[in-house]
Order: sequence, then C-alpha cells, then structure tokens
Amino acid sequence: MTIAEKILARHAGKEHVRPNDLINARVDLVLGNDVTAPVAIKEFERIGVETVFDRDRIALVPDHFTPNKDIQSATQARIMREFARKHNITYYFEVGRMGIEHALLPEEGLVLPGEVIIGADSHTCTYGALGAFATGVGSTDMAAAMALGETWFKVPATIKVEFKGRLRPWVSGKDLILYLIGKIGVDGALYRSLEFTGEIIADLSMDSRLSMCNMAIEAGAKCGIIAPDEVTFEYVKKRAKREYEPVYADEDAEYEKVYTFNGSDIEPQVAFPHLPENTRGISEVGDIKIDQVVIGSCTNGRLEDLRTAASILKGKKVHRDVRLIIIPGTQEITRQALREGLLDIFLEADAVVSTPTCGPCLGGHMGILAEGERALSTTNRNFVGRMGHPRSEVYLSNPAVAAASAVAGKISSPEEVL
Amino acid sequence: MEGRVWKFGNDIDTDAIIPARYLNTSDPRELARHVMEDADPEFPQKVAPGDIIVALKNFGCGSSREHAPIAIKAAGISCVIASSFARIFYRNAINIGLPILECPEAAENIREGDKIRIDLKQGLIHDLTTGRTFSAVPFPPFMQEIMDKGGLINYVQWRLRKQQGSGT
Ligand code: SF4
Repeated sequence: MTIAEKILARHAGKEHVRPNDLINARVDLVLGNDVTAPVAIKEFERIGVETVFDRDRIALVPDHFTPNKDIQSATQARIMREFARKHNITYYFEVGRMGIEHALLPEEGLVLPGEVIIGADSHTCTYGALGAFATGVGSTDMAAAMALGETWFKVPATIKVEFKGRLRPWVSGKDLILYLIGKIGVDGALYRSLEFTGEIIADLSMDSRLSMCNMAIEAGAKCGIIAPDEVTFEYVKKRAKREYEPVYADEDAEYEKVYTFNGSDIEPQVAFPHLPENTRGISEVGDIKIDQVVIGSCTNGRLEDLRTAASILKGKKVHRDVRLIIIPGTQEITRQALREGLLDIFLEADAVVSTPTCGPCLGGHMGILAEGERALSTTNRNFVGRMGHPRSEVYLSNPAVAAASAVAGKISSPEEVL
Repeated sequence: MEGRVWKFGNDIDTDAIIPARYLNTSDPRELARHVMEDADPEFPQKVAPGDIIVALKNFGCGSSREHAPIAIKAAGISCVIASSFARIFYRNAINIGLPILECPEAAENIREGDKIRIDLKQGLIHDLTTGRTFSAVPFPPFMQEIMDKGGLINYVQWRLRKQQGSGT
C-alpha cells in the first residue's frame, strides 16, 4: 500500500484498502475557521448530540477575516468563539494567540505523522508535509466529524512525483509545486494522493515542504504526502501534543502514475493569471509591472520565507510605485522575526507588516486590489477576483522573487536586484 | 425536473461561484444574490428557479467553501451537470443535497438556452431542444444513501439513532 492507503487502512481498522474503496475512518483532528466553522456549527446543532466527540481533537482558528474587518465577520467569529467556550474546546486560538491555521497547527504540534486530519479548509492538505493524510472537506463534513469522530473517504489512487538532482539558488518548495502544476494542470491530480519523493525532497526544510504540500489542492489532489524522515522528527520532537506512529509506503506499493523531474532544471516559477497552472520560468516572464506585492499566507508566511525576503530587502527600498505587504503566518513567527531583526529590515525598506491573517490572500481585507491593478503574491491562488476587483490580476511566486520584484517594480529575479 | 440551461467552461472555481468578499455572511439568500458573479456579472439577475448549470471539467475547484453549493442551491438552480467536479465541491453538494451529475458527453453537447429534463434516479439527461439523451455516471450506493436521507446531517442522525437503538 502507498502511504495514504496505509494510513487510511489503519484508521478504518482494516488490513488492506485499495483505491476507490469507500471507508469510514477515525479522524485524529478536525479543523475549522471563521468562514467555515459557523456553517458547521449550525449543522452540528441540527444533529442533536449534546457534546463534541473529543474536545482535545477539534481546532478552531479565526484567521480569515480577523482581527474582524466588519460587523458581519465579527458576528461569524463570535459564533465560533461561543461554540468553543460552550464545548470547552482546548484548541481554540483567540486573536493574539492565533495564526493562519495551516501555519499554526504544525507549529503547535497538532498535526503529526501517520495521522488522519480533516479540515473545513481546502489547504488542510498542507499537513501531508509531516507524513499525515490530511484533506479539506466542507462544513457539513466538519459538523458530522465533530459529532462522530470519524468520516467517510473514497480511498484515492496515488501518483508518485520524484524530484532528482539539486535545487538551484532561489528555488524553493513553492517552485517545485508550481512547476508540477504547470506540467499536469489544475486537475492533473484530481481525487488523487500525491506522494513527493527524491533527493531534492530529502534536502528540503520543513517550511519548504509545508508550502509544497499546501498547493497539492491546486493540482486537484486530495492530499500531498512526504514520508516522515529526520527533518520531520526533528520538527515534531519539541512540539507533538500526542503520541504518533509514522507510516511508510510498502516496497510493493502500487502507483497509478510516476512522474520524475530533474530539479536542477527548474528555475523560480511565476504563475500568470488566472490559474496556478499558467506557469513560466522567471527568465520567460517578460516585462510585467506590478502595483502590489504580498508576502505571507499559509503557503509562504513562515520563518524561512521571511528570512529569504529579508535577505533581499536588506538595505533596499520598495519601488515607489509598489505597496509591499508582509504578513507573518503566526504570532510565534512574528516574534521570532522581531528577534532576528527581520521586521526592522522590512519596515526600513518601506514595507508594511501586518498581524497574522489570511487578509488579502482571499480578497478579504488588508490589501484589496482595485480594477486594473496587478499584484505579485506568494499565496496559492490567482483566480479571477481572488484578491479584489474581478478585473484585477494576481501572479504567484516564491518569496525571493516577490521581494526582488517589490524592489524592481516589475516581476524580477533576485539576481536582478542583488 | 426540467429547466433551462446556463453554460459555463472549464475550471469554474469557488471564487467565481461565490467571491470571498461575500463570505462574511453564511446567509443563503445573501449568498444567492452574488452567485456566479465573477464568472458572469449578470447571472444573479438572469437566473430563475429551476434553471440548470452545465459546465465542463473541474467545476468547483479551489476552496472548500460550502457557501458555493449553498449559493447555487439558494439561487434555485435545480441541478449542476459537469464533465467532472473538483472533489470537495462534489462532496459538499451531496452533503447539502444539491443534485449534481457527472457526464462529459452531456456537458460538451448541451448548449446555453437548451431546455433539458433530468431523471436523477436513473442518471438520464434529455435535451428537449435537440432531442438527444445522455446517461450520467451513477452514484456509488453509499452516496446514494446519503442523498436518499436528504443529506449528511440527516444520515448522521439516522446512524446515531441506530447505534442508540442497538445499545439499549
Ligand atoms: S492564507 Fe489564503 S489559502 Fe491559506 S487558509 Fe488563508 S485564505 Fe486560505
């Protein structure tokens, strides 16, 4: 069995599962946010159970429209807060302790190797970086899982993606996943599990792995998984809130497809509007002026991302026609960035630094685009209207390219400004 | 059911179905007022109860927001037919009881404005304008059961009652 099959089999109490089996599996954690949880709570209350299945296995994170941007979003956040209090939910993270959910939960040791995690948020697939089977579901699924502690799955077939060679300078996990999506398309892995392997993956930091698995959904995948290794164990050692058991693929695991790429050929990638599959290498981008740059989100708001951006912005100024918005993923990342002097570098370069929030990533607040404006963003989606007006444009890249472009005023490679 | 068709292309994402700027509410009527707005700004005014959406591949890709099928359902759309659906949208639609059918042939051949009749149980789609008939991929029995019970919440209630029943 592949990693995904084996994890699912264990959680369903079965010896063996195969692709397309419909199973009921136990879940180790159920997640919701201020957009999806209020809908789930309403449905949960319809079920008519008194309590949640386990108050230690539900995580509620107000991150999308918080700190609340208007009265309506404040009302949504309050529904979640009151539910958390009523049911004594252990992992409710109030503003001031919260972060963007997919940056926060790994940091808190709430998502662990070998686990099954569902979240009412499509980027729940991020936790595959730790060797978990993690996938996004809807609010009604979340409601049912909060009551039962289990949910149904169709076992996905697995596509193996191998990256050989060595990464070039300024290339990160974000570029590998954008490159893959560019090759296979936004439905290239529809309903499948993506298993990432190869020398390059073994060398990748946890931050880079998280941003890679984060975008598995942008290829249509149900999950993206990296087998746990030393990097994983080093990361979870100080954090794990529960016992866990790593799971590996069997020698004779069956893959529906295997892709092999030579990572040494991959340069920093840029996704053009309006789909993440419209990728080009940075050398092919041409002359594209930008009005705004966003560095942050559950894809690229982690410490490594901020360090990379700072290494480029140090001693430089953001171009006079550009707004640079930097959003650290969590409170802890903000504090560490402060200690390391990164925030100071950003502020000196004329960037604004925000408290953790999804904010502009989904066109919520804190950096909405007007008609005709163009942004380069380290986020994960560039759909029509994603960051504001339906006739605005979003380009996607890694933090190094984003920082360099903020300085140059047009989409540029780090080498051009250093 | 019978209705008039609105046709859409490939990869219609959840931001096009219901833009995130409206997600500060979960009120279905409010959401319906902006349904498909970023794919077709006039759609919320044009759509009438009973209408049917026909789209090509990967319909509903992007976020997990259940607000997307909720908005479609609240706008009175009676069924969505597509060549393929993104998986979370597919799941959500079944869970909230929005009828959907996967049928590449129908999706490609049915045109905007056609009148079609759908037999959900059999998965049959009749294009009354052109006289053609298509048959859709049937649901696995387990999902059919969720739909027969009227959605996931009713199904869970039923299961819990069954468990309690066997416990006493
Ligand atoms: S940062 Fe963006 S993609 Fe990530 S959870 Fe928030 S809205 Fe979703």
